[in-house]
Amino acid sequence: MGERLLLRGNEVIAEAAIRAGCQCYFAYPITPQAELLEHMANNMPRLGRTFIQAESELAAISMVYGAAGAGVRTMTSSSSPGISLKQEGISYLAGANLPCVIVNVVRGGPGLGNIAPSQCDYFQATKGGGHGDYRLIVLGPSTVPEAGELTMLAFELADQYRIPVMILADGLLGQMMEPVELPDPIDPASLPAKEWATTGAKGRAPNIILSFEMDPEGLKQINDDLQAKYRTITKNEVRYEQTDTDDADIVIAAYGTIGRICKSVVRMARAEGIKVGLFRPITLWPFPTEPLKALSERVDTILSVEMSAGQMWEDVRLAVAERAKTPFYGETGGIVPTPRSILNEVKKHVR
Amino acid sequence: MERSIIIAGFGGQGVILAGKILAQAGMDHGLEVTWLPSYGPEMRGGTANCTIVLSDELVGSPIVDEATALIAMNLPSLDKFEHALASGATIVVNRSLIDCLVRRDDVKASYIDMNEIARDIVGNPRTINMVALGAYVKATGALPLQAVKDAMAHSMREAGKGKFVEMNERALDAGYNAA
Repeated sequence: MGERLLLRGNEVIAEAAIRAGCQCYFAYPITPQAELLEHMANNMPRLGRTFIQAESELAAISMVYGAAGAGVRTMTSSSSPGISLKQEGISYLAGANLPCVIVNVVRGGPGLGNIAPSQCDYFQATKGGGHGDYRLIVLGPSTVPEAGELTMLAFELADQYRIPVMILADGLLGQMMEPVELPDPIDPASLPAKEWATTGAKGRAPNIILSFEMDPEGLKQINDDLQAKYRTITKNEVRYEQTDTDDADIVIAAYGTIGRICKSVVRMARAEGIKVGLFRPITLWPFPTEPLKALSERVDTILSVEMSAGQMWEDVRLAVAERAKTPFYGETGGIVPTPRSILNEVKKHVR
Repeated sequence: MERSIIIAGFGGQGVILAGKILAQAGMDHGLEVTWLPSYGPEMRGGTANCTIVLSDELVGSPIVDEATALIAMNLPSLDKFEHALASGATIVVNRSLIDCLVRRDDVKASYIDMNEIARDIVGNPRTINMVALGAYVKATGALPLQAVKDAMAHSMREAGKGKFVEMNERALDAGYNAA
């Protein structure tokens, strides 16, 4: 860790990827993640690493497939419409068990939408945006420093489980600046060798990377193995943060940018004598179902707040299963709920 | 204690840079800070604004319902953000471009001829953002003027514009003295 720097979320994700040992970065520009690509353009060639501004999002994600297959740490980034274009490649990466990091700095949708911050891609990220029975590990940073920490973690988890990991940020987190201490860099040469990678079959049997199996029994086995891996990840990698939940009458469930905004809401509410807590999922997949279930046994109300029409809300309701009331408050279109608007919602649900 | 400042004006008046310098000064002074820009199409010629939070503790929300200060560099900015201030807030008004008074009577207004000060006293109209920041520092006491000067110098040198440090220091002084 070094000095405190004032940096944008986009820059911190890019710099953290470099420090995590990302050797190859491929992307196509889009607002509001342009600074991420710019930081990589400015620094990757200087470090002797690969930066390619691809001709399209499809090309960029396919290049990620190639680089991941060759065994190096690799990343792409985009924003909502660009991530939609990458879905075919993401499904292939998942099917071929390839580790990589994909950053979505989410903007307003659907369609071309707008460039304002949003959380409207939660379903796409956590439920499988492409075809097939697959999952990504999805991490939802809420502050600029956490965006850096989770980017480092994303590369570790990707390699550990041979799985694509998505950083689900939003335009506000990408654009805002906040003090951050950058992590120490990892030397890519110090990372464990990937025995499965296609590095040239000299003196060994060829490694084959495919997401294709014509035999139904064979494809069933591939799916069974994927599901077993997902169960392991669900068991080991759930991450979340609880703030002031111990004595809370009502708990807000919120992630990412809204998660941090709700920390202000908790302070404001407590100053008025309202016992509010915050449950903030950090892994959006695997979702922290069990801790939220435990919480729902002792609070009356869990209020989901999102910059969407209610997407994480579905996972909250699955976890709570009617043990507590589960109201929802959200804004769409790129409107960011303010602390006071959220506090007003909280007050509707306290006696 | 938490302060929140909205800096707003035309694109090209330097409000984004002024905000970055204020945030940097706050961080260097040991505070927790956030800096949030407007990044929409207004960057290209329309109005621009940014919100800075300076706090003793980790900042929750980088967006604020009621800011404790507004630097209004033009009339649309005053119209847009006057209602978005806490009672007792400070407004630094660019009187050069705003020929009306602040309507609210529960806020403190400081009227500064920013364009004239930048042009005639500092000698460069492009320094109005530092004139504004100097006036804000005097009107609120949020940070020592020297902390802002240091952050400005750091920012200028990092951008390879070290030769403008002295002029911008004079602009900060001129704004400070006018408030």
